[in-house]
Amino acid sequence: MNDFRSRVEGERAYLLRYASLQIRDRHSAEDVVQEALLAALAGEAGFAGRSNLRTWLTGILKHKIVDAIRRSSRDASVVPDGDEFEALFDERGHWVDSPAAWGDPGASLEQKQFFAALEDCLARLPAKTAQAFTLREHLGLDTGEICKELGVTATHCWVLLYRARMALRQCLEAGWFKT
Amino acid sequence: MVQNMILNCKEVTRLVSQGLDRHLGFGERLRLRLHLAICDGCANFRQQMLFLRKAMARLADFESPEES
Repeated sequence: MNDFRSRVEGERAYLLRYASLQIRDRHSAEDVVQEALLAALAGEAGFAGRSNLRTWLTGILKHKIVDAIRRSSRDASVVPDGDEFEALFDERGHWVDSPAAWGDPGASLEQKQFFAALEDCLARLPAKTAQAFTLREHLGLDTGEICKELGVTATHCWVLLYRARMALRQCLEAGWFKT
Repeated sequence: MVQNMILNCKEVTRLVSQGLDRHLGFGERLRLRLHLAICDGCANFRQQMLFLRKAMARLADFESPEES
């Protein structure tokens, strides 16, 4: 309808890329962008040509992203403790399928494709699990710092890291070591 | 926590993971060793976890090749 609306709409793709860097889940990222666009349209007067449109929209989006991360931090405190891997074990807690050694994993570390597969697997982790794991293994924070960052207890932190490792193990096994 | 001297594989996977994030107590390490000595599946699992850590440390290098 008006020019402002179509200009705002024109930034949607850019904003979605921006949001996706910080919110892994595609739907949540889209929701956040939608919220930001609506807020922008409602607040057109606040823009009033003050600054670059993209900068202004990104500013709004950042607030929405922070809100979304806070919300998901609260949600995550109710998740169960890693029982999605229950099926790997029988009722006595023994492996149903005992893990076999990965053939020459050292060689994988020399291959670019391996790291692409690893990134693929990381991208499939739930957002919070991925955040905890990356803070731990990529940025080298200790669990105390991670708990503070994510607002979770130490026990929950270990559960998140456990889930990440279990999921990555399965993903790499299926997507790399067995292909 | 785990009172039983004999850990099952599920408990071992949790303890192996936690061992990468915190210092395990003497009893925990002992039970872990006892289990790993007789269970190939869990020994392989532990190797895979150690490998994962190494791979994650290297991931940084691959992501930023322009850094010298």
